[in-house]
Amino acid sequence: MSSLAHYPGVVMPTVEEEIWRYSRIEELSLDTYVAGSVVNYVDAPSDVASIVTQGAAVGECGVAMPIPVDAFAEINAIHCSGAHADIITVKTERGKSYASPVVITRTLSISGVLAAPRLIIDAAENSEVTVVEHFLSSDDISSLIAPVVEIRAAQSARVTYIAINELGNKTWKIAHQQSLGERDSTTRLFTVALGGDYARVRTEARLVGIGATTQQVALYFADKTQMHDFRTLQTHIAPRTSSDLLFKGAVQDTAKSVYTGLIRIEHEAHGSQAYQTNRNLTLSHGAWAESVPNLEIETNDVKCSHASTVGPIDDEQRFYLESRGIHPDIAERLVVLGFFNEVLERLPQIDVVSGLRAKVAAKLHAGAQ
Amino acid sequence: MSTLKIENLVAGIPGKQILNGINLTLNSGEVHAIMGPNGAGKSTLSGVVMGKPGYVVHSGSVTLDGVDLLALPAWERAQAGLHLIMQYPTEVPGVHLDDVIREAYASRGRNTSTLDAEIVAEAARIHFDMALVERSMNVDLSGGEKKRNETLQLALLKPKFAILDELDSGLDIDALRDCARRVEAATQEDNLGVLVITHYARLLEELRPDVVHILAAGKIVKSGGPELADELETTGYAGLTQ
Repeated sequence: MSSLAHYPGVVMPTVEEEIWRYSRIEELSLDTYVAGSVVNYVDAPSDVASIVTQGAAVGECGVAMPIPVDAFAEINAIHCSGAHADIITVKTERGKSYASPVVITRTLSISGVLAAPRLIIDAAENSEVTVVEHFLSSDDISSLIAPVVEIRAAQSARVTYIAINELGNKTWKIAHQQSLGERDSTTRLFTVALGGDYARVRTEARLVGIGATTQQVALYFADKTQMHDFRTLQTHIAPRTSSDLLFKGAVQDTAKSVYTGLIRIEHEAHGSQAYQTNRNLTLSHGAWAESVPNLEIETNDVKCSHASTVGPIDDEQRFYLESRGIHPDIAERLVVLGFFNEVLERLPQIDVVSGLRAKVAAKLHAGAQ
Repeated sequence: MSTLKIENLVAGIPGKQILNGINLTLNSGEVHAIMGPNGAGKSTLSGVVMGKPGYVVHSGSVTLDGVDLLALPAWERAQAGLHLIMQYPTEVPGVHLDDVIREAYASRGRNTSTLDAEIVAEAARIHFDMALVERSMNVDLSGGEKKRNETLQLALLKPKFAILDELDSGLDIDALRDCARRVEAATQEDNLGVLVITHYARLLEELRPDVVHILAAGKIVKSGGPELADELETTGYAGLTQ
């Protein structure tokens, strides 16, 4: 192991490390990329325009992730203080609810670059805001994006963050989502992953204030040779905190997915509850999905549950629909879209979300087997 | 008029023969009841006729107006006019009744433009709350609500023949009456032929059969009029199957 020429001090992980097990990290050669940027487009209607700042603001970095958690978070931190700094901050006013979402579109438009944009959502006491971060590239773009979103929800603040990955099938993504929930706050982290070649998200919700609540919800659907890789952490630090995680994914063709989730309830977090559900559909014989749920509980008086499944479409469900005269291919589509509906119905009903069901349907090819 | 004909049907699950030669002819507008004790082969019969995976047919035939149903996959049997109300309707999360019926209509080349209104009208007929109709298929529904949901689908799809596999299991008395009366009405209005599979006679008080068959050990051991069901209530299966 040696540190990287472009990024002194940064040591690339290997699959020997448990958290990178199953990943495709060893295919990655950072030397093939030069530091670069995404093209940002921020859609912030008048009621939210004043809370969005682009550029500079390095001092804001670290509100939820003071110390980078791994090599890619370190690379992002290095970018933040260099020539390719790309920081967008959304900072709400105390007590204010914003009706319009802030929609940030990040487009990778050239090949061979490593872009590491950062988004900081800093929600003041009792404020409410929704932020969408939409990642795009076309299929011919062979680049790497290592974005970080930091979310801090102050007392009683309510933050909804939605990441949508519609990257092209040659683009790599290694992302971090880190939230910090203070007393009685609500943080909701949604991820919809349809794109990318290898797309990994590490998402951690830290509940540091009494009574804080978090939801982590994801829909992921990989086809052809794509791989989606999720590491989730529900970290309960304060008492009477609650977390609810629902991750649902499908793989078709020879695609792969990995889900590894940890519920961690620390010593002081008594009276907490934590739920974790991961369900995976394998739609083709050559497709592969792995699900590894974990619990680490250091106190008593907690409620926890986790459930995980990996398997093909349920025969009984398919037969039920077929017995109504529906062709098996259509029955299968209905079952898969229904499977994802549970996630889509939880998402805020805003414009950028409303087209997702059709995109999932378009990706699902008839007669996948 | 249509005819569903089961002839010398021998079938079961891999390694176990359960039906030992069933013969039955059902015409449009008729209601036939199949009654029998647990383990007689009642659910196997409905599964085999509808084409549920997991069953093996050794010999015999099932035809609908001469069309060999056993040669068709389940979805084509349904399109040929056969419908199954399941004893334990399957939960299909995230899939709604209107999605299913819309696809089922489309597969039959039927116009779907008035479907929403048809669903509302049919739900009202069987006192099925629209809030429940809008839930995911059979998810978080009580036993009675599931059977109302099944009956609603039957009413909308208007098949030629319906097999009711223990429609009465898990049903409260109000739901039983609503479902049975709707099926009875379909025999009049749409000339539906019905094969009612049941363990108990109480369903047959609402849905009067023309013919009652007693199934025991995979064979029809006795057939008769509605009085056979009444007789069964007093004697029990032991008296009739010996």
